[in-house]
Formats: sequence, C-alpha cells, structure tokens
Amino acid sequence: MDGLILQILNGLDKGSAYALIALGLTLIFGTLGVVNFGHGALFMIGAFCAVTLQRILNLGFVDEGATSSSVGGFSFGGAQETPYVEHWFGEAVGGTIIDWSVPLAILFAIPVMMLVGIAMERGLIKHFYKRPHADQILVTFGLAIVLQEVVKFYFGANPIPTPAPDAFTGSFDFGVLIGYDPFTIVYPYWRLVYFVFAMVIIAAVFGFLQFTTFGMVVRAGMADRETVGLLGIDIDKRFTIMFAIAACVAGLAGVMYTPINSPNYHMGMDFLVLSFVVVVVGGMGSLPGAVLAGFLLGILESFASMAEVIDIVPGINQIIIYLVAIVILLTRPRGLMGRKGVMEE
Amino acid sequence: MTDQTTDTRMDATRPRASAAHKSSGLLGLTGKDLGLFIIVALLTILAPFILNPFPEGSALAQFNGGYPDLMQRFVIFGIFAIGFNILFGLTGYLSFGHAAFLGVGSYAAIWMMKLLTLNVIPAIIMSIVFAGIFALIVGYISLRRSGIYFSILTLAFAQMSYALAYSVLTPITGGETGLQLKATDTPLLSNLGPTEIGRANFFGVDMRASYEMAIGDWLFTFNAGYYIAAVFMLLSFYLAIRLFRSPFGMMLRAVKSNQQRMNYTGLNSRPYTLAAFVISGMYAGLAGGLMVAMDTQVGPERMFWTASGEVVLMTILGGAGTLIGPVLGAGMIKYMENIVSKINDGILHQWFAFMPDGIEDFLVFVIHPFIGKGWHLTLGLLFMLVVIFLPGGLVEGGQRIASVFRRKETKTSTVEKSAAEQQQHSE
Repeated sequence: MDGLILQILNGLDKGSAYALIALGLTLIFGTLGVVNFGHGALFMIGAFCAVTLQRILNLGFVDEGATSSSVGGFSFGGAQETPYVEHWFGEAVGGTIIDWSVPLAILFAIPVMMLVGIAMERGLIKHFYKRPHADQILVTFGLAIVLQEVVKFYFGANPIPTPAPDAFTGSFDFGVLIGYDPFTIVYPYWRLVYFVFAMVIIAAVFGFLQFTTFGMVVRAGMADRETVGLLGIDIDKRFTIMFAIAACVAGLAGVMYTPINSPNYHMGMDFLVLSFVVVVVGGMGSLPGAVLAGFLLGILESFASMAEVIDIVPGINQIIIYLVAIVILLTRPRGLMGRKGVMEE
Repeated sequence: MTDQTTDTRMDATRPRASAAHKSSGLLGLTGKDLGLFIIVALLTILAPFILNPFPEGSALAQFNGGYPDLMQRFVIFGIFAIGFNILFGLTGYLSFGHAAFLGVGSYAAIWMMKLLTLNVIPAIIMSIVFAGIFALIVGYISLRRSGIYFSILTLAFAQMSYALAYSVLTPITGGETGLQLKATDTPLLSNLGPTEIGRANFFGVDMRASYEMAIGDWLFTFNAGYYIAAVFMLLSFYLAIRLFRSPFGMMLRAVKSNQQRMNYTGLNSRPYTLAAFVISGMYAGLAGGLMVAMDTQVGPERMFWTASGEVVLMTILGGAGTLIGPVLGAGMIKYMENIVSKINDGILHQWFAFMPDGIEDFLVFVIHPFIGKGWHLTLGLLFMLVVIFLPGGLVEGGQRIASVFRRKETKTSTVEKSAAEQQQHSE
C-alpha cells in the first residue's frame, strides 16, 4: 500500500508538468484552432527565464581588497566574486534573494512569456489561421527548432543546474503524516511544491475562464467565434491574450520544473511529444480532459516503473504512455473527454 | 487534328485516367517524365564531377560535396524522402514515425550480414521485407484514424520501437551501442578468416572500393557503394514516377482532396492508403538496408522521432507531392548538415579578409550563430521561410522563377500572356 502511495506521489510532478503544458496546448487549440508544435519551446523558454534570473542575480564584481594574488589576469585563491545583490542589500538579504531565485523567476517569467506569446501570435501564427493543420504543425515545428537553437547558442548544450531554495531542497517523511512507519514514504519537498503550484495555476485558469467576463467572452468565442464577432466584440484580441496566457502557463511550468530537472535546450521537445499524446488522450479541445489525462499518464508512467511491474513486463515503463494512447485512440475516438466535431474531417 | 479531338473526348469522359494510357513511351513514361528521369539519372551518375566543382586546396574546396560518405547520404535519404512523399504527398497522411521503418530495415539488414552472407543484396531484400511487414501492422492500426490522430499514432509506434530497441530488445538490437560487424561474426556463406572483420560487398566488390581520378587540381572519387545505392535510388525514383502516374496514384490523390466524397461513392479508401503506407514503409526499409550496406552498423537513435521529423523536413522543403522535390530536399539538408556545419570563424575571416577589419569582424559576428554547430538554426529558419512563403517547397520556388522569365518572353504576344495567366489562376 505504501508503495502505491509513493508511486502516485512520484507520478504527480511529471503529471503536473504534462497537465500544465497540455492545458496550454488545449487553450490555444480551443481558442485559435491552431496546433502549436512550438509549445514545448515555450516551456523551455520559461525554464531558461529561471536560469537567466539566477545568472543576473549572481552577477558580481571581484572585491579588489580581497584579491590576494593575480598573475596575468588569472587570480588564485582569495579572489571572491561578490554578487551586486549582496553588496546592495547586505549579505543576509542578498543571499536570500539569490537562494530564492527560482520562485522569484515566476515574477520575471510572467511578463517575458506574455511578450513572447503575443509576439509569436501576432508575428507568425496569425497568418496561419486559414492554412491547413499540417502547415500549422510544420511552421510551429520550425519555430521550435529556431528557438531551441537560439537558446543553445546562448546557454550551451549542457544542462544548467538551478537549485531550489535551501528551505525546500530536502525530503520529508510523508508516510508519518498518514500513519505509516517512518522512512516508508519519503518525498522531496520541491515536488510537492511543484504539484501545489500546478494545482494553483490550473485552478486560476479555470477560474479565470469561468468567473470573469473576459473568460465568459472567450468561452463564448470558443463555442461560436463568428456569432461573438457579430456581437461587436473584438474576439481576435481576446484570443491573442489567451495565447499569451497559454504561453505563460507553459513558461511557469518550465520555471518551476528547473530544480527537478536541470534545464537543457531540448527539454521542450522531450516534453512536447508526450504532451501531444496527453492532449490527444484527453480529447482535443477539452480543458478538463487535458488536465485529467496529464495526471493520469504521469501516475501510470510512475506505476509502470515500479520494480515489481518491470519484472513481469520488462520495458513497460518506456512505452506505457504510448501504449495507453494507442488503446484509447482506437477505442475512444475522441479521447477521454473530447467533444464531438473537433478535429474530425 | 482528329487525334486531338478523340483525345479531348477521352479526357472528358475519363479525365485523368487517360494520362496513364497515353504513357506508352520509352520505359512507359511520357515525354516530360522521361526527360525528368533522364536528367536525374545523369545528375546521379555524374555526381562525383558535379559535386566537386572546386579544385583541391582552393579556398572554396570545403564546399565540395563529392566525397563518398556524403554522396551515399544524398541518395539514401533521397530514397527515404521519395518513399515518405508517396504517403504524405499523395494521400496527405502526415506520418511522424517513418524512422521506425528505416530502423527495422537496418536491423534486419545487419542480422542478414551477421548470419548469412556479407553480400548486400540479401540484406537489402530482407530489410525491405521486414520494414514492409512492420509497416503493414502499424499502418493497419494507425490508418483507422486520420488527421492529427494518425500523426500521433504513428509517432507513438515509432517512439515505442525506439524505447524497446533501446532497452528490452537489447539481445536483438544491441541496446544503446547498437550492432556492428565484429570479428566473432561468421556468416554462413562468406569465407572469413578467424579474426577477420567482415566487409560488406556486392558479389565480391567491396562497398568501400573507390577509384580516384585526378584531372589537374581536381580530384574526383568514384565509389562502388555510392553507385550501388544510386542504382537503387534511380529504380525507386522510376517506380515512384510510375506510381504517381498510375490509376492507383490518382486514387491516392483523391483520398487527399476529398476522402468523404470517395466514401460516399462507395469506395473503401483504406486498402489504398494502407498500400501507400506499406510501400512508403518499404522505401524506408530500403534506405535503412542501404545505410547498413554502406557503414555496417546500426543504433537505436536511427528510430528516434527527430529522425522521423527530418524526413518530414526534407519532403516539405523540397516540395511535397512533387516527384523531384523530396530528392532535392534530402540533398539540401544533408549538404547543409555536412558542409555548413564545417564552416568556422577562421574560414569566415578568410572570406571577408578583403574588407576593412571592423566590417569583417562585424560580419563574422553576425554570421557566427548560423554556421558550424548552429546549422540547425539555419535549417529551422529556412524551413520556416519555406512553409510561410513557399508552401510548395523549393520546386514551387523554381516554378515561380521560371514563370517570371516565361512571362517576360511572351510580353509581345498578348494572347499567350493571358493564357499563361489563366493557367496560373486555375492552379
């Protein structure tokens, strides 16, 4: 039993990432009708927002007084770079700011992702509404390659470690809380933070769509774009903002994911393929379906990687997601919660 | 005159099928197709000359593509793209998992070489057969759905094959290290010494055998492996032309333009799409078999989804649905991969050396991200530009340029001009 709980917990963080990316993909597909293969790149850009902020905060100067010996531009020992932040705010406050660079990157990533999203929609995707889905897939795929190569050019090909704040680096004993023996269910703090964060974002997106006037108009536009347009509402502008919000969701998922897996330039592509599988399993155009399928597949993947399961069916952990996707696509043509008439020619 | 009238009547009753009947020229090709085929054949045969236009040792010698390894890639990926185009270009089904068939073909070929004979022909035949069978299974399941669902299904199958080849199937696939010919392999029909590592051959001709011809400063390499692969490429190209012009090809085009209408007329389109899927899978298998014939090694990364994406890029870049497009696209991408990636800052400085220092440094600084390891960036940008401005790929670009020239020539005759415009509108 404790093993099962541990696997469910382990599946939650990956499931959260899948759910967040799939949610963004579905938002874009549902509003603009565009299949965005560049969404993984947005996730990656978000992660590199965290890296950038970390680097900015760690920008420093070499304290001349502390330099012991310097030969031909190379300094030995003693020379300590002091980050400007520590210099300005004092060591305690500055150190805390640097330590908390990943959560702080959320504030940094929101405007960046908004801008990226708006630029992407107005600059490129706008021209592809009337083109076939294959063209949309191809042009966004090309954009994803370009974005990923630009990031590779500036940040290099190696993963960049981006630690979580010290307060969250360890693990805690989840088993004790629900009455198990100590050390049976040990779970890293940050994964729990990630899950809670994902739930907050998902709730925020659903709440925004459900309880604000803006969200109501967007939902109406998703159901019948033309009629909303005829009522004199500039639906295109609202859909552009929805695209920016979807980019934000992907970007924030990326920011918070950096302590779990050090970001590298191809992380977006790795997640994109799986997220598309998630979207299709959940049902194209269905927001709850995307979230549900994200968590479901994340948890299934983690169950399949249990030693007991691998003993019976070797290699199942590698293929479970695809296998489930194939079965669901063949038995439930619209995915788990897909609506009728979406993406059916 | 009478001939023409009967022709038009035939056209009226059976619009396009008559095209297949008329094609009874040489090799069963019409004049235009025959011309295209002969041009491609000449280009392929003379490739060692054409791809080496710069003398050895000159500053431009790094643009020479005429070395065996790259030429082999041109033709092998040409075959892969031609096959992919039969599915995507004709039926419009976008498969994102075609590399799986290439991988299966490669594994089948290397096992033939390890167990039976080092002759490449049985290996290539087995690679086509195995890829065909695998494509039949995958196609049978995936073709139940269309659109993006089909793409995701093929992607899922390919990723599963990759993951399995990487992990559980290690006894068959060699896992991460893949398979190579080793000294311990003793093929039944090849007499190898006890510690001799086998080399692929074609009835005794070593695939790596090359004849080098030096004319002045120029050095041309004629490689046995390249010419064997080239023969297969020309055969595949010929088959593709026949298939494009056949009633079967017309049926596939009908699937692309309106599948629903086809179903309403009482035709079951699935056998046709399945046949196209299997044929294109067999082309991929052939390409995989030829790859093994050239370098006698396989790894699972050949099946990774980026490899499937690459063939999509090639086909679109060249022009999906056209005969020559995929070959052009494959050649272009492989050329960029091998040549652009070799350019470095030092070479750039050499080129711009005639300019003032500041401008030289600035130009190198601007171009730097696009060369060397950054060639993917160039490829991505090029690909985006093609999709945005030239949905028909490089072939459409060529046609547009050609039509600009044609219009200039016919400026004097207004009748012809309006006819040309009409044709353009109807397209």
